Amino acid sequence: MKRLRLRTNVDNWLTYGLVIVAYIAVRLLLAGGNISYALQGQLVPITVYIVMAVSLNLTVGVLGELSLGHAGFMSVGAFSGAITATLLELLADTTSTTWIRLGLSTPWIRLSLAMLIGGIIAGIFGFLVGVPVLRLQGDYLAIVTLAFGEIIKNVMSILYVGYDANGIRVSMDSANALKLDEGGTIIMNGPMGVIGITKLSSFTAGFILILITLIIVLNLINSRAGRAIKAVRDDKIATESVGISVWRYRMMAFVTSATLAGAAGALYALNYSSVVARKFDFNTSILVLVFVVLGGMGNIRGSIIAATVLTVLPEVLRAFNEYRMLTYAVILIAVMLVRNNATLQHVYKQIGARLSKSLPTRKKGSEV
Amino acid sequence: MDFLSYLISGISLGSIYAIIALGYTMVYGIARMLNFAHGDVIMVGAYMSFMATTRFGWHPLLSVLFAMVVCTVLGIVIEQLAYKPLRAAPSLAVLITAIGVSYFLQNAALLLWSANPKSFSSVVPFDSLRLFNGRLIISGTTIVSIFVCVIIILALNTIVNKTKIGKAMRAVSEDKDAAQLMGVSVNRTISITFAIGSALAAVAGVLLCSAYPILMPTTGAMPGIKAFTAAVFGGIGSIPGAFLGGILLGIIEIFGKAYISTQLSDAIVFAVLIIILIVKPTGLLGKKVLVKV
Repeated sequence: MKRLRLRTNVDNWLTYGLVIVAYIAVRLLLAGGNISYALQGQLVPITVYIVMAVSLNLTVGVLGELSLGHAGFMSVGAFSGAITATLLELLADTTSTTWIRLGLSTPWIRLSLAMLIGGIIAGIFGFLVGVPVLRLQGDYLAIVTLAFGEIIKNVMSILYVGYDANGIRVSMDSANALKLDEGGTIIMNGPMGVIGITKLSSFTAGFILILITLIIVLNLINSRAGRAIKAVRDDKIATESVGISVWRYRMMAFVTSATLAGAAGALYALNYSSVVARKFDFNTSILVLVFVVLGGMGNIRGSIIAATVLTVLPEVLRAFNEYRMLTYAVILIAVMLVRNNATLQHVYKQIGARLSKSLPTRKKGSEV
Repeated sequence: MDFLSYLISGISLGSIYAIIALGYTMVYGIARMLNFAHGDVIMVGAYMSFMATTRFGWHPLLSVLFAMVVCTVLGIVIEQLAYKPLRAAPSLAVLITAIGVSYFLQNAALLLWSANPKSFSSVVPFDSLRLFNGRLIISGTTIVSIFVCVIIILALNTIVNKTKIGKAMRAVSEDKDAAQLMGVSVNRTISITFAIGSALAAVAGVLLCSAYPILMPTTGAMPGIKAFTAAVFGGIGSIPGAFLGGILLGIIEIFGKAYISTQLSDAIVFAVLIIILIVKPTGLLGKKVLVKV
């Protein structure tokens, strides 16, 4: 047991180390001017996708349920984050209290608040969605998360939010139905989304969000609750029979995952001047799923590497771009076929048995 | 009169959903897998018919046959290459593979035919039917969709209940191992099921694009998911259930569009799915399956 704990600790520190070293390396390269302009634009999205992949891995790899609506939570986080940031900026202009104005005119405070609120609201959505979704399992659960993702996308694209002297107004009809006073601002304009966002996100903010995500996820996985979550994945009935509340731990994993996706969504939205609901569609969910599957389900470090490589690669291989999605599809199928090939599994097991003689054993969860 | 006209277009759309839902329900009933790529087979079928009529100048009916043949082959190939090696794998792995196939078909179509929407001309040669002094107009496509759907349901019901291959299908869906021991070729039965489902998908694709004449690589995705909803609604694994679920879902969608909100019609359909899965996960006509410990 002691050895196992040591091994997990080493594993976790390796993950933190990898992220920190990568951050320092990128900073150094940036200072030296060695990163192309196009790649610089990808730095924040890379951090966003890493957080998305790690959080989805919590649902897919650790909890063992396929979620096809992860982009829905990203969408909720993105819009609530973008609205929060815009409101805070308006508030900073109008408020008379000096310390609030000073605080809110600091970009990083607005960004942190936006990510916090984006995360919390996405977490609340995660809970609301989780109540019906987590009654199901397997294929049905997957299809219902897909349905929720689509519903969120549909609703977000008809939502109108405005702000005037009387406060915040929300409508689902049109911008005129908001009935804003003179001098009021339309923050969210239905299908056009949130326009005129002040860019707050930075690579460093993304790096900090990744660290926070890793601290949350890795500590959760290696805690008592995390072991319960993995037990639920491996055998629901056995878990329930030893007195572990299946519902509670599934919900814990699902809500944590949604919250982190929401924070990532806020970071993503605040990296651009406008954000639309269409961006967070089924394809985005699949993209993140590809990162998780290729990185290895349940393997957090794998998700980080896969998200980085697959976001950078298309930038490097410009000519290849046309075939990128096709390649993703082929890779996804190939990985699944190879992983579930009986002959290869036998080979893995033999290699594993040979390795385990020299190294302290670590029992891996059932691989999918 | 508006109500009647909405009802008829709902039933027509529902018939198309029902034809697609049959493919889902048969495959799910027999192979216990959610063939996520089914919706994209619809798209391939529609493109085949489109190519046959515009490029080669074939007769519309011939183009439908051509689309059916191509989709049947495609269905069998997908099954052999991607799903057959995963028979013993966990359902999550099969589902992800199916998503991969779906993604592959969409992106292959994107490369082959580009993202520009093609305007599909209806394969139905009849004119619209005018009733009540022209206050109620029913298009030829609408009538043909409903008619074709009824024929397909009757034919499939006969195949499943009366023929030898139908008996094999029922045996495999009941108990794969026992069927194998009784001399039923499980792999062959599953392949045939895929073939039938994919041929039906081609028909559905042509009908869908005749009714809504915009053809894109993503054309099949949404109807595919909605048809899955229909299959679950009616009770997955049940052929009459797929029919009932499809028709009801079509009516719900058109009424939702007409009376509630155009933009929210998809959301309404998905809300129906969620409610059904929570209230009655076995669907309207599905059998209750007990999970033994």
